[in-house]
Amino acid sequence: MLNFTPIPALFGGTLIGLGASVLILTTGRCAGVSGILDGSLRRLAPAWRLTFLAGLVLGGLVARAIAPDLVPGLQSGAGTLVAAGLAVGFGARMGGGCTSGHGIVGNSRLSPRSLVATVTFMATGILTASLARVLCG
Amino acid sequence: MADRPQAYPYASFVAGLLFAAGLTISGMTRPEKVLAFLTVGADWDPSLLLVMGAAVPVHALAWMLLRNQRAPLLGGEVPDMPAPVFNVRLLGGAGLFGVGWGIAGVCPGPAIVSLAAGGGALFFVPAMLAGIALSRVVAQTPATEERLLGVRP
Repeated sequence: MLNFTPIPALFGGTLIGLGASVLILTTGRCAGVSGILDGSLRRLAPAWRLTFLAGLVLGGLVARAIAPDLVPGLQSGAGTLVAAGLAVGFGARMGGGCTSGHGIVGNSRLSPRSLVATVTFMATGILTASLARVLCG
Repeated sequence: MADRPQAYPYASFVAGLLFAAGLTISGMTRPEKVLAFLTVGADWDPSLLLVMGAAVPVHALAWMLLRNQRAPLLGGEVPDMPAPVFNVRLLGGAGLFGVGWGIAGVCPGPAIVSLAAGGGALFFVPAMLAGIALSRVVAQTPATEERLLGVRP
């Protein structure tokens, strides 16, 4: 466990929780990123969705300015990224959420659906990544 | 407090900034760190569990505060709990999402933050949006959904 970074993980996780808390306490909306993206694709998308996404990108730009290593960008090949992106987008909407909507917001509201979804995507994610290591080294 | 939906975009911008700060500081915008959690082996990295383990109780506190209020601070509705429906959509969708997550170590939040770095996110994000759009087409076409997933909406 050479790469285990408990302090940044706990601090960063707290900030993620605070960001989601600001959203739900002020607007009553859930900080599920795939759901917000889905809503942003609609005509007349409410501005709050677009500004949330703008906050994410601006946050990334600021982080890169301070410490470029924190946002190194996605380094996999183009084909891999397209396949992964399609599965992530399609799967998240079919399943009603992703690591944020189910994993953080739903689980913190003790939603049984979110617990089932989280266990499921953790399991298939671990299987996929571990198999990929075995097969591709 | 009075209804102020015109202030929603400002509040959600702040929320997005905090969310991005958390994702970057915790290392979740580094795909190799996420893959180090998803890959079983001697160099397994449990950091992601602590990220969720910290985010969930913080948001649980916010939810407990909001649950008993009549409305959120800027007005609107306190969101209902989703009906506990367990079907092929939930399991198949979450399962497929996990496969995509395990392929590249990228989920939607970090993908959007990674747009700040250009490069690979310019492939991943459009593909993810196409997947989202496709899911809507499938969901809007009951016959397609039934054929693909065996779900009768």
